Amino acid sequence: MQATEAAPAPARAPNGVLPVTRQLSGRRVGGAAWRYVVLAVVSALYLFPFVVVLTTSFKPADEIFKLPPSLGSDRWTLDNYRAALDAMPFGRYLFNTALISSITVVGQLLSSSIVAYSLAKIRWRGRDALLLLIVATMMLPPQVTMIPVYIAWSKLGLTGTYLPLLIPQFFGLPFFIFMLRQFFRGIPEELIDAARVEGASDFRIYRSVVLPLSRPALVALSIFAFMWAWTDFLLPLIYINDPEQYTLSIGLYSFFSEHGVEWGALMAAATLMSLPLVLLFLVGQRQFVRGIALTGIK
Amino acid sequence: MHRSVLRGLLFASPWIVGFVIFQLVPIAASAYFSLTNFNLFQDPQFVGLRNYQRLAADALFWKSLLNTLYLTVIGVPVSLTAALAAALALNMRVRGQSLFRLFVFLPTVVPVVAATYIWRWLLNAQYGYVNGALGAVGLGQPLWLDDPFWTKPALILMSLWVTGSAMVVFLAALQDVPETYYEAAVIDGAGPWAKFRHVTLPLISPVILFETIIAGIFTLQYFTQAFLLGQTRLNAASGGPENSLLVYGLYLFQQAFVNLNMGYASAMAWVLLFVALAGTWLLLRVSRDRVFYAGD
Repeated sequence: MQATEAAPAPARAPNGVLPVTRQLSGRRVGGAAWRYVVLAVVSALYLFPFVVVLTTSFKPADEIFKLPPSLGSDRWTLDNYRAALDAMPFGRYLFNTALISSITVVGQLLSSSIVAYSLAKIRWRGRDALLLLIVATMMLPPQVTMIPVYIAWSKLGLTGTYLPLLIPQFFGLPFFIFMLRQFFRGIPEELIDAARVEGASDFRIYRSVVLPLSRPALVALSIFAFMWAWTDFLLPLIYINDPEQYTLSIGLYSFFSEHGVEWGALMAAATLMSLPLVLLFLVGQRQFVRGIALTGIK
Repeated sequence: MHRSVLRGLLFASPWIVGFVIFQLVPIAASAYFSLTNFNLFQDPQFVGLRNYQRLAADALFWKSLLNTLYLTVIGVPVSLTAALAAALALNMRVRGQSLFRLFVFLPTVVPVVAATYIWRWLLNAQYGYVNGALGAVGLGQPLWLDDPFWTKPALILMSLWVTGSAMVVFLAALQDVPETYYEAAVIDGAGPWAKFRHVTLPLISPVILFETIIAGIFTLQYFTQAFLLGQTRLNAASGGPENSLLVYGLYLFQQAFVNLNMGYASAMAWVLLFVALAGTWLLLRVSRDRVFYAGD
């Protein structure tokens, strides 16, 4: 059957970025001024570090170390960016990080969604127990499994490759499974039953009915998975040794080890590393916020 | 009936297989390693409970546990309070509301390595903008990253910048509070504080409990920010001044991946698991009479 374009309502209403009906009555207009003051102060506190990073990254060294600190400069320069790009193979790191992040997204899209389908749309005994187990494993500190898993990869001779980072991504993640399950449950049973009556198998229903209707949730999953893989630090730190294979996180970390006090170049490198994620977030913020609301965590 | 179970298991099999390979077997292995001396190159050597006895006598173990408990007991309430305050502000009805929300959330997407170095610069004792601002209003200028007393407050200050996800969850909870409750409270003569204290807070208390448990569990595993804040040129896995940044996850990392004491580190991991379980249990118990579940 042909899937309709209309997405089903998620289990919980999306929030955050939806426009809110304005009810500024005459009496309230005077009261609105202080609200803007509060919001401006709050926003300024959160945005200030961005202003500092950006201005520092465009300042010559002697102006960075000036007292008292000031945001302005008479001699804006791109030198810090040149220094950062000279000191590390940024393009290489960018490619490595994008590769790992993309494969992570693919692995999680495939694996988490099919598990979520089992939990949301197949009625079977033991389903609730499995859901409980999946959620319970989120409580397990990763340190408990980290050491034996590292030892196993090391015995297999696979430390120093990306495989320890990538292979686990093809077995689903509780956070994503739970998020997709919540979303799939909002898809009307009548659609599933209608497909069953027409003789569609579960795999067919999963692929041709549920997945096409779940695009917002799948987009949210992709953004989360991409961001987590992009920013991950501990696992690449443990598993990657060859500078050729560094991710941006590890690259920036080793840059700091060698060039710690070159704040201008460091802030330029931090800006370059953050930029792709900030852009991704600006494009996909609606789905991102909805994903948090569906599960309660980031 | 029987076939539906098979189908259900088949579709869930990616997670089940992954669970066995990457969690169940490693958990068993970790329990065994915690009873051994194991340096990765020789076979594990069974030593019974000796690792646990050594932990009890290890001053750095206690120091790291206390450092992590400091961040959990002080840091989590502080950052969740900030997230709730931001959510309350961002819940006010004004034009451009979604733009303000975007501003507050934006830091949360900055990669943690970049964010931590940004704060190392902001908190620089001499040239940093935080001390610049404190000095401008005549306040003291702590040596954030060099004074053992101030390193953990520095971590907490950093965490305030990235409260975006808790803020979004609180915002969702605030929007679920029915407007009629506030109207009823106003008729009863409630001011803004009374409305917050007697309407908002009880109604969002389950979400606060949930976020506290999640943040508590994450904070017990805390590693990256402390590692990067303590990082020096000569000692990558330093615990910071007087080991004031040696959080539990960092000490475990040192033991496992710097000293290759895999057995000792495994024992530490098991202690962490029990602390996490005990903490969650305690939180659920203490909160039982204070959390209000609508519909109970």
